[in-house]
Amino acid sequence: MAFLSYLINGLSLGSVYAIIALGYTMVYGIAKMLNFAHGDIMMVGAYVAFFALNSFGLPVIPSVLLAMLACTVLGVVIERLAYRPLRQAPSLAVLITAIGVSYFLQNGAQLLWSSSTKVFPSVVPAGSVQLFGGQLSISYLTIVTILICIAVMICLTLFINRTRTGKAMRACAEDKGAAVLMGINVDRIISITFAIGSGIAAIAAVLLCSTYPSLSPTLGSMPGIKAFTAAVFGGIGSIPGAFLGGLLLGVIEILSKAYISTQLSDAIVFAVLIIVLLIKPTGLLGRKISEKV
Amino acid sequence: MKKIKSFFRALFDRKVRSRTISFLIVILGYIVVEILLKSGNLSSMFQSLLVPVTCYMVAALGLNLNVGVSGELNLGQAGFMSLGAFMGVCVSGALAPVVSNTLLRLLLAIVCGALIASVFGFLIGVPVLKLQGDYLAIVTLAFGEIIKSLINNLYIGFDANGFQFSFVENKLKLAPGGKALINGPMGATGTQRIATFTVGIILVLAALIVIYNIMYSRSGRAIQACRDNRIAAESVGIHVANTKMLAFVISAALAGAAGALYGLNYSTLVPAKFDFNLSILILVYVVLGGLGNMTGTIISTIILVLLPELLRGLQDYRMLIYAIVLILMMILSNNAKVREFAESMKQKLTSRKREEAANE
Repeated sequence: MAFLSYLINGLSLGSVYAIIALGYTMVYGIAKMLNFAHGDIMMVGAYVAFFALNSFGLPVIPSVLLAMLACTVLGVVIERLAYRPLRQAPSLAVLITAIGVSYFLQNGAQLLWSSSTKVFPSVVPAGSVQLFGGQLSISYLTIVTILICIAVMICLTLFINRTRTGKAMRACAEDKGAAVLMGINVDRIISITFAIGSGIAAIAAVLLCSTYPSLSPTLGSMPGIKAFTAAVFGGIGSIPGAFLGGLLLGVIEILSKAYISTQLSDAIVFAVLIIVLLIKPTGLLGRKISEKV
Repeated sequence: MKKIKSFFRALFDRKVRSRTISFLIVILGYIVVEILLKSGNLSSMFQSLLVPVTCYMVAALGLNLNVGVSGELNLGQAGFMSLGAFMGVCVSGALAPVVSNTLLRLLLAIVCGALIASVFGFLIGVPVLKLQGDYLAIVTLAFGEIIKSLINNLYIGFDANGFQFSFVENKLKLAPGGKALINGPMGATGTQRIATFTVGIILVLAALIVIYNIMYSRSGRAIQACRDNRIAAESVGIHVANTKMLAFVISAALAGAAGALYGLNYSTLVPAKFDFNLSILILVYVVLGGLGNMTGTIISTIILVLLPELLRGLQDYRMLIYAIVLILMMILSNNAKVREFAESMKQKLTSRKREEAANE
């Protein structure tokens, strides 16, 4: 029974990773860049939600929507100002710019909201569901987290596969040059991708802060790295891959904390990643890269 | 006289000009700093930066060999520095009663740091170099995090019976007179600070000699060939895996040597210091200086270490401005329009000069 409870906790943490990883993987799939500032955009979302809940006393849903709106705008603005001028630049230059943006957001947050840790109120009422005659208790927060992750995943899949914009996004991921020839505005599609990725990062931020309620300007960096790992784990650029990678990463982390060692859980997570990449060099669901001579 | 002239001309020959310039910059920098030190014009804050700046330089030069010359993005350079640092601290701590000469002890520590980092570099390189592109980058990041996490749980003590190791929990039972060298998450404490700026500069020069000798040799050309076109390099008989491994191991060894010097510059050192952010910091030095350009790496390291200190007058805003400067520098040096503009300005200038010459 303990195992089942760990597994469910792992799925819940993994859901948060999966939502963040979706942002990484979408941006990578379309703009072919590693957006290292993604974790920090999430951090800004957490602060916006915190102030909406605490200072303005807004109810939960409008606060989350406000945080999503703020992150969406932030993501689009960052893309427009920092990444778009570097569309044709080597990928390392874009990577360093993303790191610069990450520094900027972290230090900006420190200036605006001070580096002291704030306590984030949980957005889901405390309490739990008892199963198997009280042997297994699952908190509401865990259930809500997993359900929201599934909902986000379904919405995103429908959007990508069923709408015109989604089709354009897939076309851009496939071949940007050909997409331009078909009359797709690639710049607009990249902006939309950043908007969606950043918007759902705000959801992840609220869920993450409800589980681990300490809010600080460096909040985004470790979950950011983990989610990035999750995206690579599942095959970067692939949306189901990010979902699967996130869930697996969360489960592995919680199980290794429970059964092996708390201190070594990070090392185990990364070791599993390395083993997976050695067996499947493009991640679990990644597409094979074919070399042409 | 003619011989001296031709010697200097050979030094500034187009092929090796950058090598001469990098050596000159390092030596000039050393002389300037020594003069400032002797005349007492260097504040204690800048003095405390002297050794770290040489450490970052060596680690960045190594990383440039890997990222710029070999073309493989490595996000785990801090892991190799960490190995070197704690190895160096252990070696220096254990040898303290035997070798009283601090300079010799420092050099031994640096050599041991470089050795352990290159051994790990080789072991990590075997799986890592099978991957390509961003997947390779993430695996080096993962190894960096694993090394940090392992050293965070490592306890090493030294007493009359030799070294004692313990993992995850501190189970060291040291004989009287023994001392704990590495204390898990607390890291190394009570280290004798034996690192000096002069040794740092010598290490930078040694790193430059190693790197330029490789770059201008057959294996260096092979490394660049593998970067530019893996398949073409393979088809002319270059063993790609071995060639890439050479660059990877030397890069790791330089990071290890830099780490040993870094570790012996502080009396306390925590493993968490060598995290992903440090790897990124070193990568920023490399990219900003220009991939494959060693002179650029040296200059950008100096500028970027000094920049936050020079901006200290702006207090809380300094890191914010650092970030903005970083973004602007990347955009200005890589944007197609900015480049075009610079090109056209250059052409205008040269054509004007030519006109002037023609008028005369």
